Amino acid sequence: MGRLFLTPAVVLILVFSIFPLVASLILAFTRIRFSGGGFKVRFAAWRNFDKQFFGSEQFHLLGTFGPLSVLAWIVGLIASAALIWWIYRYCRSHFTVIGFIGRLITFAMALSLVWLFAATLLSGRQFGTVGTTLFYVVIGCGLQFLIGTALAFACSQHIRGNRTFRVIFFIPMMITPIGVGYIFRMLADTSKGPFANIWQWFGLGDWSWATDPWASRIFIVIADSWQWIPFVFIMMLAGFESVSKDLNEAAEIDGAGKWMTFREIIWPQVLPIAATVMLIRVIEAFKIVDLPNIMTAGGPGIATESVSLQSYYAWRSLDLGSASAIAYILLFITVVICVSFFNLVVLARVRAKP
Amino acid sequence: MIRSLFEPRKIGEMAPATKLLLYFILFAWSLFVIFPIYWLLITSFKTPAAVNEGPFFLPWVDFKPSLHAWKDLFVYDLSDTMRAYFNSIVIALTATALSVFVGSLAAYSLSRIEFAPNLITILYFVVLLIGASVAIGVYKTDLWLTLAVVVALFFLLARAVGRLYTARLKNGDILFWIISQRILAPIVVVVPIYMMFQSVKLLDTHIALIITYAVVNLPIVVWLMFDFFNSIPRDLEESAQLDGATMIMTFREIVLPLSRTGLSATTLLVMIFSWNEYLFALFISTSKAQTLPILVAAMNAGERGILWWTMSVAIIIMIIPVVVMAVFLQKYISKGLLVGAVKG
Repeated sequence: MGRLFLTPAVVLILVFSIFPLVASLILAFTRIRFSGGGFKVRFAAWRNFDKQFFGSEQFHLLGTFGPLSVLAWIVGLIASAALIWWIYRYCRSHFTVIGFIGRLITFAMALSLVWLFAATLLSGRQFGTVGTTLFYVVIGCGLQFLIGTALAFACSQHIRGNRTFRVIFFIPMMITPIGVGYIFRMLADTSKGPFANIWQWFGLGDWSWATDPWASRIFIVIADSWQWIPFVFIMMLAGFESVSKDLNEAAEIDGAGKWMTFREIIWPQVLPIAATVMLIRVIEAFKIVDLPNIMTAGGPGIATESVSLQSYYAWRSLDLGSASAIAYILLFITVVICVSFFNLVVLARVRAKP
Repeated sequence: MIRSLFEPRKIGEMAPATKLLLYFILFAWSLFVIFPIYWLLITSFKTPAAVNEGPFFLPWVDFKPSLHAWKDLFVYDLSDTMRAYFNSIVIALTATALSVFVGSLAAYSLSRIEFAPNLITILYFVVLLIGASVAIGVYKTDLWLTLAVVVALFFLLARAVGRLYTARLKNGDILFWIISQRILAPIVVVVPIYMMFQSVKLLDTHIALIITYAVVNLPIVVWLMFDFFNSIPRDLEESAQLDGATMIMTFREIVLPLSRTGLSATTLLVMIFSWNEYLFALFISTSKAQTLPILVAAMNAGERGILWWTMSVAIIIMIIPVVVMAVFLQKYISKGLLVGAVKG
């Protein structure tokens, strides 16, 4: 009987999620040629991946590499040293084989991303879609977390009208990402948008966001944050409201300052929720595709293209092998980063909870 | 005098200055949230000239509101608009119903019954699946024939293989497996899904989008409902079962009425996600099954550049249902989100 309840879900996931996942992996190792109504499938071994990592598409996925600058050496070496120290400390403390292998994978991923960053951006070159996606994830989620938490804390205080604020702050999350993309394109128009007079006053009337790589990236992060801060806000608000009032008051009676009460009493209690919220946000942020597609179409050049978008463009030019290979690279990076985050941050916080 | 601004009047209250700062932050953020929506609203009432001549902020003061853009969508392109609207409604509602139904059944059984699937049988199944994909992809065997062979092989040999090694999974593993599907970026699976629907001639139909959305949202449903069912006391169900009620009866008569809040919150959330979905619709629906996000995005494709006024109208009619829902049901939706996160 119970099996009957579970079966539909399992079958649906197997057919429409696991099977495509496997099929996609197979596609990533093939080359498909369309010719006269039909198509030919040929085994291509690692060529699709090779093209992305070392071949003609390297600039697109990873970025253009330059000779390492002094700054790149310094940052890269410091980060490497820190990572090695982290792994060394783990080996000295409570060593388990599985824990060690897991950390080794995290270590390898972090190390390659650090040197990728050092060899492209810090050496004065452009980074590719991997760098752009990480920019959206790290800067975007960081910003959303900080602002969302601050607003939630403000709203959890006893002030009049905080129910109204709550409803207003919640709205952007409901709006379709397509809508958000176009709305922000209207707002950012420097000649017809609402801030046109301000731009002109700064002498930027003829300037356009869309031609500057960093301006467009930041612009997309702002739109993304506008949409997703409500999510962090709602979750953290519930977190702050579930904090026990007694401890709080006891601390104040004992003469603890506001800041100290927050740091020692409130924050430890909401930390597990904060870690979960961040995990959900990071998972979703890696999938970003609609905003760059709508707002800048990946431009200028490839400056705002996320890995998902690159895969979509490859599909559109009928290069199914590359599309699948790129998608798999994204999946690999996402899984390693999210699982590392889950194991090293979320679980650690949950376990540390008294 | 000045000092009194920075000191609370009563214990446990905020100082006036802190309060002022707090209100300032909250109002500033409200402005930041509302202004884009306001701009969208007034743009929809502008004539092309009023949009192109520069920023105008206040209707009747700066510019004369006109229904020009609304007429474009609702008089001249009425059939297109209405079709997309109708498609979106049908797809979002059906996909939500399917997803919540299948997902809550699974969540219920996971929260009440101990499953112990054999690890090696599952590995065997995965190997079969990979073999089938290679056969279909590289050697071009018939899709349905290959799948039938796989299913037959699996059921024939599952028991024999299962005896080889008896490590078993637990419910937590199954739950984790379902929820972890959420990590999957749509772009990874969308190309094979596209090809699957193409091979059964279902591209650009409602069914294709409904099934896809239902599956994409299953992890959320299972995750939220599992925690919800776990929080419901089991005494009633146990006594019902002692009285001879079957599992289906117990579920329908006792569990469902008790989990109304959780169900409605989950339903709302899934409905919003399906309503707003873009990437799958972009691949799967081309004209007949076109949903609202695709209609909006397609307005960009014209030769005259973006017609901001009509696009604003399209976005407005698209977001009205969800924004109304957000305003009135915010409490329930956030409750639904929280069930999973706070405990999980």
